[in-house]
Amino acid sequence: MLKVEGLCVQFKHRGGASLAVENVSLDVAQGEIHGLVGESGAGKSTIGAAIMGLLPAAGEIAAGTLMLGDTDLRRLSPVEAHRLRGKRISMIFQDPQTSLNPLMTIEAQLIETILAHEDISTDAARRRAIDLLEEIGIANAETRIRAYPHQFSGGMRQRVVIALALCTNPELIIADEPTTALDVAVQAQVLDLIRRLARTRGVGFILITHDIGVIAQVSDRVTVLRGGKVMEQGETARVLGQPEHAYTTALMAAVPPLGRRLDRFRLPRVAGEAEIATQVDLAREAEDWLMAGTGTGPGPALDISGITVRFRGERRGLFGAREDFTALEDVSLSVRPGTVMGLVGESGSGKSTLAKVIAALVQPVKGDMRLDGARLPPMRSRARSDPSRRMVQMVFQDPYSSLNSRHRVIDILSEPLWLYGLERDAARRDRLARAMLGLVGLMPEAADRYPHQFSGGQRQRIAVARALLSRPGLLLCDEPTSALDVSIQAQILNLLKDMQARFGLTTLFISHNLAVVRQMSDDIAVLKDGRLVETGLSEAFFAAPTASYSRDLLAQTPTVRFDGETSPATRAKHSIRRE
Amino acid sequence: MVGYVLKRLVQSVFVMLAVAFLAFSLFTFVGDPISQMTGVETSLEDQARLSKELGLNDPFFVQFIRFIGDMLRGDFGYSFRTREPIGEMLLTRLPATLELGTVALVISLIAGIPAGIYTALRPRGLVSQTILISTLIGVSIPTFVIGILLIFLFGVQLGWLPTFGRSGTVEIGWWRSSLFTAEGWRSLVLPALTLGLFQLTLTMRLVRAQMMEVMRTDHIRFAIARGVPWQSIRYRHALSNTMIPVITIIGLQFGGVIAFSIVTESVFQWPGMGLLFLESIRFVDIPVMSVYLVVIAFFFVLINLLVDLLYVVIDPRLRVRESA
Repeated sequence: MLKVEGLCVQFKHRGGASLAVENVSLDVAQGEIHGLVGESGAGKSTIGAAIMGLLPAAGEIAAGTLMLGDTDLRRLSPVEAHRLRGKRISMIFQDPQTSLNPLMTIEAQLIETILAHEDISTDAARRRAIDLLEEIGIANAETRIRAYPHQFSGGMRQRVVIALALCTNPELIIADEPTTALDVAVQAQVLDLIRRLARTRGVGFILITHDIGVIAQVSDRVTVLRGGKVMEQGETARVLGQPEHAYTTALMAAVPPLGRRLDRFRLPRVAGEAEIATQVDLAREAEDWLMAGTGTGPGPALDISGITVRFRGERRGLFGAREDFTALEDVSLSVRPGTVMGLVGESGSGKSTLAKVIAALVQPVKGDMRLDGARLPPMRSRARSDPSRRMVQMVFQDPYSSLNSRHRVIDILSEPLWLYGLERDAARRDRLARAMLGLVGLMPEAADRYPHQFSGGQRQRIAVARALLSRPGLLLCDEPTSALDVSIQAQILNLLKDMQARFGLTTLFISHNLAVVRQMSDDIAVLKDGRLVETGLSEAFFAAPTASYSRDLLAQTPTVRFDGETSPATRAKHSIRRE
Repeated sequence: MVGYVLKRLVQSVFVMLAVAFLAFSLFTFVGDPISQMTGVETSLEDQARLSKELGLNDPFFVQFIRFIGDMLRGDFGYSFRTREPIGEMLLTRLPATLELGTVALVISLIAGIPAGIYTALRPRGLVSQTILISTLIGVSIPTFVIGILLIFLFGVQLGWLPTFGRSGTVEIGWWRSSLFTAEGWRSLVLPALTLGLFQLTLTMRLVRAQMMEVMRTDHIRFAIARGVPWQSIRYRHALSNTMIPVITIIGLQFGGVIAFSIVTESVFQWPGMGLLFLESIRFVDIPVMSVYLVVIAFFFVLINLLVDLLYVVIDPRLRVRESA
């Protein structure tokens, strides 16, 4: 049905042009799910955009043929191409939060799309939209169709997005990271839906993802991409089962295993490629400085007990009571000195809220926190000058928004040094900041640049360096790698692991990815709807979780096995939260 | 929803109270009303009697509450200069200023929004660049210079339009309007254009920046990917999302247009509230000044309230809280 041959896409820039996609060929048959997998920069999304005819202004197709049935996609005029979009090819975007127009009801958006391509009455279009929503798993479609996007939860919204892509009965749907923004339980449901639609309606899918687990779960065929080139292509079971290319093997090996614990995260590198060299002598200075401040002993113990957080709800009506939302209910846990506590749970379970309570960014209603026995005041009573402000540091999820874009890296890094009065001498601060960049694996010249000049992974290194420069005892990592792809994730987690081990940092590591948590943590705590479900030694937990919720959570994590089959439990339709 | 409106209303009341307090302080602390009202030959006894009659010996807060009470009853006091009731003075001037401000706003919207959309959709086009540069020049020239240039061109050189004043008015009840005769429009065009030009530039640039940002969002890209007609993408999807922040600014601008029409009114000798305010300053007519302050603040608050209500109409996220 779709036939891509010898596709080359180039991006023009001031110095000439560079190839983003080189000689890529692929076929998608009716009802087939074709996975495109690779790290960021592999050209996956560019291929999707080229097929859609939606390349950014600087990009152009340099060579190759794109055939959809008998239609040559490259020969279409802009008007014809726009008419074809939606009618024959449609697209699903990554983030369901942002891919719907917030000001229009989903009814209006669905009907508009149907009427744009078919000459039928509004009532017929509405009828079809309602049927489609029901088919896609939205209960009470008749009434729900009149709702606005914000009235749906994330998973439901992605279903609406799929309905929008599907409402004109296209032959091909390009799904660009459709489940990356969703948590495991919802991800499993959405992938199931995509699979079902391919089977029952015969829609061809191109599934773009960096997550090889997703590929293993649903795709029939897979193309492994790297740097715009095809590394390997074939049946999913064959490619993942007996990979022929070394990169495929490396990519699979880089997925943190859920089943066992490794010393280090693996990078998807083919043997013989160079690792990034760290600046050894420079890094030594930063290391010595940190050691001098924190000593060689392990970090402090963190004990929290009975933490409860409520957020004020909206008033219902004029005299209605507020409905408060309980984010955390009576949570108690201890992190042993110098160890890593992994905190897991679905989105909305209160993981981040707990970290914010400890960092004094959220006020708990009640509860007690102690750092090495000394009471840690909650937000409102923790003074600016409280010593715990320095001791407790945080690494946030999104490295794009957690660094001040108007400050140079050197300013960002030397801030903790003067703020906490660690170094009085400006020249020494400057040297230390550069040394710390060396320690986290960046060049010292990076100090003179601004955050936007770095990639996501490099920014996260800067964020780690900033946290370390305050000589912390307790590090709070809130999903530090969920915005990054496998190889960058491996680098950052290895860095965190190294730093944690070298300086004996007590660490609270938050993630929704159980496999990552297994690699990182000594102890584990599971949160569900603001309550602590289970806590204990990490290895014991993964061997035999006691709470039934924990077992569900483990079962839903997609895993890649080398026989190409996914774990049987993922296929079984588990749902923790049916909506 | 009801709570939202109620909250805004209560906030508005507090803003008005604060402004009334400022206006009243001006009245009380800047200069001595008695010495301004009386001449040198008035005896000290008469002055004391007047002070007592006017209640100026009462404690500050008693006077303030009386001031608010008077205001609420529509009694704004008397001008020092003309001895006329201020309420009537303002009422005769109000239509002139409101009509001028509204027409200026309408001009700025009618030209500014389409120009903003056009320049956003064709950011690199020759026409867009020309519009952007010429409006930049327009905004750099002070309002009074633009006014004088317009007078020179259309009034003196071409002789098409009157150079000053407000004529051709029709009385509808107490409202004297210049919107119903050709003569009225002829005298309104130049001042309204002068006043609207600055707002036009602002509106246009705001719409442009916002629209360009919206056109890059995921939901627009998704709409393109599902082949929604371009007309609908631009004017239904993108424009409504563009207008949410733009409305706030336009609302504030309108308050500004009314409050700061002073310059334009004096250039064109337009008999509005701004001109009255200027005259009052010259004669240190403090009661008029303080009432003017309160009235302008009232307009600001009213417009802001309307903008907040408009939000609720446009943005469903504010309208419906009972979610799934």
